[in-house]
Amino acid sequence: MKFTSVFDIIGPVMIGPSSSHTAGAARIGRVARDLFGRQPKWAKIYLYGSFAETYRGHGTDVAIIGGLLDYDTDDERIKTSFAEAEKAGLQFEFIPETANKEHPNTARILMGDDESEMSVEGISIGGGKIEISEVNGFKLRLTGGMPAILVVHDDRAGCIANVANCLAMHDVNIGHMEVSRIERGLTALMVIEVDQNIDQRLLEQISYIPHITKVSKINN
Amino acid sequence: MDVLFRSVHELVELAEREGKLISELMIEQEMLITGRSREEIFTQMDRNLTIMEEAVERGLKGVQSVTGLTGGDAVLIQNYIKKGNTLAGDLLLDAVSKAVATNEVNAAMGTICATPTAGSAGVVPGTLFAVQNKLNPTREQMIRYLFTSGAFGFIVANNASISGAEGGCQAEVGSASAMAAAAIVEMAGGTAQQSSEAFAITLKNMLGLVCDPVAGLVEVPCVKRNAMGASNSLVAADMALAGVTSRIPCDEVIGAMYRIGQAMSPNLKETARGGLAATPTGKAITHAIFEGGDLKSLLKSRVGSN
Repeated sequence: MKFTSVFDIIGPVMIGPSSSHTAGAARIGRVARDLFGRQPKWAKIYLYGSFAETYRGHGTDVAIIGGLLDYDTDDERIKTSFAEAEKAGLQFEFIPETANKEHPNTARILMGDDESEMSVEGISIGGGKIEISEVNGFKLRLTGGMPAILVVHDDRAGCIANVANCLAMHDVNIGHMEVSRIERGLTALMVIEVDQNIDQRLLEQISYIPHITKVSKINN
Repeated sequence: MDVLFRSVHELVELAEREGKLISELMIEQEMLITGRSREEIFTQMDRNLTIMEEAVERGLKGVQSVTGLTGGDAVLIQNYIKKGNTLAGDLLLDAVSKAVATNEVNAAMGTICATPTAGSAGVVPGTLFAVQNKLNPTREQMIRYLFTSGAFGFIVANNASISGAEGGCQAEVGSASAMAAAAIVEMAGGTAQQSSEAFAITLKNMLGLVCDPVAGLVEVPCVKRNAMGASNSLVAADMALAGVTSRIPCDEVIGAMYRIGQAMSPNLKETARGGLAATPTGKAITHAIFEGGDLKSLLKSRVGSN
């Protein structure tokens, strides 16, 4: 089931004018920032389908930038996020695409700073609800409704067990887990939805496990 | 995932079997799924209700959208009601003006509560605050109105769609209006079955409604569609309370809405490429807003020709 809470329907409280194109867009931006782990210095935002056709009228652009600045859907600063981004040292560019994606409201955010880059694709499925559909080329399905840990690792035996052990030692319960890889023996990704918010120390410990290359999180 | 209901049929059957209100079942399901307490859930919905009240209040004072395309109509309707000669009736027009007020605030990038979306945020609060004057509900009953709306919206969202980009306006204002109709029936003391009849009657009358926003903005025709959605809700609620039933069962109407949405051209699903967006005036407005044309004189000439 895509919609699980009554507040997916009666909510969110948000700045207008569109739940999918403004509130959902802000959420995609905010989850992308969360996954990147800090505010990026630059962002290229590719828009598809209805997002590409109507983003200016719906404030999709200011909302995504607001999200990248960590604003919630009801934050009044969304309206002036372009000016706020300049102050915060975030450069950005919007690129409307003509290609068709599976879902009509899709945005791909390519962002980075001096240290690293990351690509996050999100879809806005209605009423402000979103899903993250791709991270760094890995297909996945993440709702952002639960705290989650994303672990990029070498595709070796034991990696998944080691991470699960580490979570068990911190008494963190796994609600849902997905693993995928681009090619056998190369890079793989674990997406782990958990029941409680994740602290930084746990992330650090996971990153010390052999063959783990990158760890990021989304808190609820 | 364990849920109490997945269809309107299950919802009504459960309400009848346990002798519970639909709002109560929605609250119980929310407790079951999220593990949160009744108090927490009530408090959050209470806050949403307050946001809705504030939005209507702001809209009734008069707002203008950033483009100037919408705003001020809620005030016009309220002033008209005060003259005392309404044809459709004061309650109905009060709902219309409050639905319009909410969507005018939304278009002005004000704070609203999506129900189920921002573009359709006017119908549920608009009808609620109008019916309030007639039924004198308690605060708790007003909060329950939102849970009843939410229960039906939950079923539509999971079995069809509440997104204009996926299903057209029928999925947004259509769903919102049907949700409101069901909630009005519960507040007026109707049965769960009557709520589902009101839902079905409303949605049937909004099937096929396309999403064709001029310039892609949630303004024209969205604001006025909320007005008509609110009146649709009230009429359908009265019909259901009178004992009128829908020949097509509620869940099948929802299924039809989904399939109509699938068959709808992408030009008519929030892309601003068809329908009203593609009319000569729609295109001229788009040009004026994005290419620096003169929107003010364009709008004035429209008023003049009326």
